[in-house]
Parts: sequence; C-alpha cells; structure tokens
Amino acid sequence: MSLRIVVTVKYVPDATGDRHFADDLTVDRDDVDGLLSELDEYAVEQALQISENSDDDVEITVLTVGPEDAKDALRKALSMGADKAIHVEDDDLHGTDALGTSLVLAKAVEKAGYDLVISGMASTDGTMGVVPALLAERLGVPQVTLLSEVSVEDGTVKGRRDGDSATEQLEASLPAVVSVTDQSGEARYPSFKGIMAAKKKPVESWDLSDLEIDAEEVGLEGAYTVVDTASERPARTAGTIVKDEGEGGKQLAEFLASQKFI
Amino acid sequence: MAEVLVYVDHVDGAVRKPTLELLTLARRVGEPVAVALGNGAADTAAALAEHGAVKVLTHDASEYADYLVVPKVDALQAAVEAVSPAAVLVPSSAEGKEIAARLALRIGSGIITDAIDLEAGDEGPVATQSVFAASFTTKSRVAKGTPVITVKPNSAAVEAAPAAGAVEALAVTFSAAATGTKVTARTPRESTGRPELTEAAIVVSGGRGVNGAENFAIIEALADSLGAAVGASRAAVDAGWYPHTNQVGQTGKSVSPQLYIASGISGAIQHRAGMQTSKTIVAINKDAEAPIFELVDYGVVGDLFDVVPALTEEINTRKG
Ligand SMILES: Cc1cc2nc3c(=O)[nH]c(=O)nc-3n(C[C@H](O)[C@H](O)[C@H](O)COP(=O)(O)OP(=O)(O)OC[C@H]3O[C@@H](n4cnc5c(N)ncnc54)[C@H](O)[C@@H]3O)c2cc1C
Ligand SMILES: Nc1ncnc2c1ncn2[C@@H]1O[C@H](COP(=O)(O)O)[C@@H](O)[C@H]1O
Repeated sequence: MSLRIVVTVKYVPDATGDRHFADDLTVDRDDVDGLLSELDEYAVEQALQISENSDDDVEITVLTVGPEDAKDALRKALSMGADKAIHVEDDDLHGTDALGTSLVLAKAVEKAGYDLVISGMASTDGTMGVVPALLAERLGVPQVTLLSEVSVEDGTVKGRRDGDSATEQLEASLPAVVSVTDQSGEARYPSFKGIMAAKKKPVESWDLSDLEIDAEEVGLEGAYTVVDTASERPARTAGTIVKDEGEGGKQLAEFLASQKFI
Repeated sequence: MAEVLVYVDHVDGAVRKPTLELLTLARRVGEPVAVALGNGAADTAAALAEHGAVKVLTHDASEYADYLVVPKVDALQAAVEAVSPAAVLVPSSAEGKEIAARLALRIGSGIITDAIDLEAGDEGPVATQSVFAASFTTKSRVAKGTPVITVKPNSAAVEAAPAAGAVEALAVTFSAAATGTKVTARTPRESTGRPELTEAAIVVSGGRGVNGAENFAIIEALADSLGAAVGASRAAVDAGWYPHTNQVGQTGKSVSPQLYIASGISGAIQHRAGMQTSKTIVAINKDAEAPIFELVDYGVVGDLFDVVPALTEEINTRKG
C-alpha cells in the first residue's frame, strides 16, 4: 500500500516585521521578510510522523501557491523531511483571495494525486482559517479539521478536535483533508543532513495553464471581495504607568473605579 | 425590506450572546431571519424574537451532532435558497467560519471573516476588519453573490427589538458529503461558572510570569472579584498551567472585552493579535520595558504576586 500526502504550505510575511498594505490594498510581500508560516510547520511535522508510524510506503509532497520567494517555504519543508515539492506561481495570481487560493490548491492537489491533504490551521497573515474547509468542499472529500491529534490507519484518518464547548473525536475515510493546530506537537528543526538533502529534492513549477485555470478566476480581478480602505490603527494614546511601591494594587483599583469597572 | 439570514449559535436551545449581537447588526442591513439547527432549535425562538428576528427557520436531525460541519452547510444553503437573503451573517467561531466558507463557495459568493462592525452601504454591507494583529483596520465588501460575513463576538451591543419571530420548519435534504466526517465521541467541556472567554466584558489573563499552575489561583481570584473570564498566554498554556481553551492570541481565542488585564505577559505580537481590540487595557509586569506597556491605558510596573492580590483585596473591600 502506498499513501500520498500533500501538505499545503504558505509563504507569509514575518509577523514580527512591519507588515503593511501595498498601494493596491493587497498584502505587501516585497518589503517584509517572508518565511514558511509557522502554523504550516505543524502540518509538515504531522505528515512526517504519519509517515514514520506507517508500514505503508508514504510519499510527502509539499505544495505552495505564491511568488518566486515562496520557494524558501518549500525548501524549509523539504529540509524537514518532505520528499518533493510543487510551486504554483503565476503573475495572474497576485491578489487572489481565499476562494481563489482554494481553487488553485484543489486543482494542484488533484493533478499531483493524493490520499490525504494536510494543512495548517490558519495562515499567519490572512488568519482566516477557511482554506482547508474550502479545499474539502472543492475536492468533495471529508474535512477533518483543527486537529490537535491525528493518526492514519487502514485508509481511515482519526483525530481529536478541541472545540469551544466540547472535545470531539473525529473519523473519516481517505481521501480526506486534514488541518492541524499548534497543539499537535512541536515541529522539528531541519538537521544539517536534511538541509543538504533538500537541495537535491525535486521542485516542480506549475502555472495557471498547467492547472487549466483561467486568469479571470483568480487574482485581484477574480476576487469575490473588495477592500475599499485600509488604515493604520491610530496608536493608542499613551497610558499612565506607575511603579509599584506598595500602593500599586490600590492605585490600579482607583483607576478601575474611575472607569466604572468597580 | 430585504431579509438577512442569521445563523444561530445555541446550546440545546439556549442562544449564545454573539448571535444576539448579530441580530443588532443584521437589523442595520435588513430584516433578520434566523436559522436554528439541531437539538432545541425551536426553543431559541423566544430569545431571537425579542432581539429582532422576524422569522426563525428551524430543523432538527441527528446528523447535526453526529457529523462535522457539512450537515449545517446543507441546511444553511437550503435556507438561502428558500429566502434569497441580502446577506448571510454567521458568528465567527472556528466552526462558524468553516460553515460560512463552504456555504459561500456553494452559492458562488464572496466571504468576509472576523468582521468587527457592519454597516449598510450603497453596494451592499460594508464590513470592518482588524488585521495584522490589529495594527490595521480595513473596510471591505463582497463583490459577487450574496455577501457571507462572519462577525466576531463583542462587535455590537445586544439590543431588545421585539419582532414576530414566527417559527417555520426548514426543509433540508442532506448532501452525500454530509456524513463524511463522523463525530465518534464528544466530551463537553466542564463549566467553570465564569463567563465565556470570547463573550466576557472583562478578561483577566496570566502569562509566564504567573510561574506555575497553582499560582493561577490568584489570577482566578482577581477574575472572580470582577466577574471576569480567565485568559492565558501561550507560554502559560504550553507550560501546562492553564487549559488551551483559555489561550488568548493568534492560535487561541480572540477577545475584545471592555477591560483586559494582563499579568506577567510580555505582549508578543501573537498575543496582541488576540486582545488588541479590547477597549481598556491594563497590565502588571515587573519589567518596565515589556512591550505590553505600549498598549496599556494603565500599567503597573511591579511584581504580580504583590499587585494582583492587593488589587483583588481592594476590589472586594470596595464592593463591601
Ligand atoms: C505561530 C505562533 C502562534 C502563537 N500564538 C500565540 C497565542 O495565540 N497566544 C499567545 O499568548 N502567544 C502565542 N504565541 C507565542 C508568543 O510569541 C509568545 O511566546 C508568548 O505570548 C509569550 O507569553 P508570555 O508573555 O506569557 O511569556 P514571556 O514572553 O516570557 O513574558 C513573561 C512576562 O512576565 C513578566 N514577569 C515575570 N515574572 C513576573 C512577576 N512576578 N510579576 C510581574 N511580571 C512578571 C516578565 O517581565 C515578562 O514580560 C505564538 C507564537 C507563534 C510562533
Ligand atoms: N497560498 C497558499 N499556498 C499553500 N497553502 C496555503 C495557501 N494559503 C493557505 N494555505 C493553507 O491553508 C491553511 C489555512 O489558510 P487560511 O485559510 O488562509 O488561514 C494554511 O495553513 C495553509 O496550509
């Protein structure tokens, strides 16, 4: 038996950098350093663990949709241990929204061939957390999302979802789309050997025509939503800061009372 | 006036507060028609009517509890087809966003998630969002199809606005995909008796500075003196001191209370992402350079083990 896992990974602007918008109100990806979204490292990690715990022949492909630099994200995932990579890149993709991204990912996953797709819980820039559900809808396969624990056995994926009001055990047959949270287990660091090996692993590049997607379906033009304005949040007016010299608690209570919280 | 669908988040018929807030926003855009699914669906009607629902579409079936997400998407789609609404509003929980996204894809519409405000515009509803860890505010619209918008808790006030709230049965045919993901077990979370983190008017959070699970008792005592919910930073959660359900931040809950009190939390960008839209922010930290102080309305530089108990005692004294 073989198991084909595709892990979707996004290249995102560094959250600790000064993120902002470009003139066309898309996320500025030029001025801030990018990296493999930390939340997708958890997805790569779970794919590797499924592979390590499996008697099957497991092949892990990492897939990204993004600009030229997004190759860095693929490299990182390959150096963690993934087998090969696919980079979907096309000038017409600029400004693609979640619906468009899910279309491109769905076509690419289908073209690559898959039994299991593993995504992160959300991208650290868009933070919508909807792409895995959209991907499942497009592919017509079960969604087993937001898992803090995941395992695959005999063509079935099982996992634990820690929801707002309950913890649920979920189960679905493959093929399926899974997303994992940052509670699923620390992602490993690439080893030196892994980094060297990654240099020789295959990275395929596909564009929209390879996926038979029309330019109008994606990009800013194809977007289903329009951002009319983006404004920097006014800096909070500097607050009062006191040093505790025995009265800090009382002073704070006084402030809370003045604001009618007590 | 056009109708607006509001997806109802409820527990066995008890409507959760974010849904009532949605009704306030829905009334700005049209006449709210609520959709309540699953066990106790019809019991939601009284509360929904009181807050402006002209109609409550209900459907109950075991599929809603036994399978993940898709049965609810099927039902909401049936409601869209029955009503042809001007917009669909869904509470921004993890599940709410998944339901909304799949619905939007099916009906060929755009989706906006995590709105913090909503107003009527010439070209349909305009949603306000807070992005990049709340450092930017955007205004967006859905350009194609029926706008599907998820709205964060605490984005609007709950307002009484009595309406008919007539209960109507919704006809739902489940899709083949509905039974794809089985829920094989469910363990409800034990209630702490404190307010729900995302819904609370006041949140009191502790971080690495709390230094141990047992010390969270002093954070809880402060919370209880204020009738607040308890939050935690990821550092405190990862250390096993407090449950992940209470984590505030990018990969935890996003909160927007009237008052947020952070103790022993440095204010990392990922933490800010979940609390920066709080109205009033207070921090207690022994490091005067901690970035959290950039956000505060009031900050105390000091040891939380001195300041927090003193504050709690003072509050309890004042309450008499
Ligand atoms: C992808 C990703 C997602 C993340 N998601 C989240 C998230 O959802 N939520 C989140 O919180 N973090 C998240 N983080 C982690 C975040 O980057 C920080 O590591 C974390 O918020 C730090 O928690 P902290 O402030 O409690 O700890 P620290 O940064 O260690 O700060 C502890 C603070 O306590 C103070 N202190 C210590 N002792 C005392 C005392 N006795 N009295 C007063 N003050 C004291 C110290 O001065 C210090 O400022 C995420 C990180 C990544 C990479
Ligand atoms: N451009 C992209 N390329 C590859 N994967 C993506 C992309 N955008 C989103 N994803 C995947 O979908 C998950 C959720 O993203 P989002 O819905 O944007 O928050 C991410 O963690 C990724 O695994």
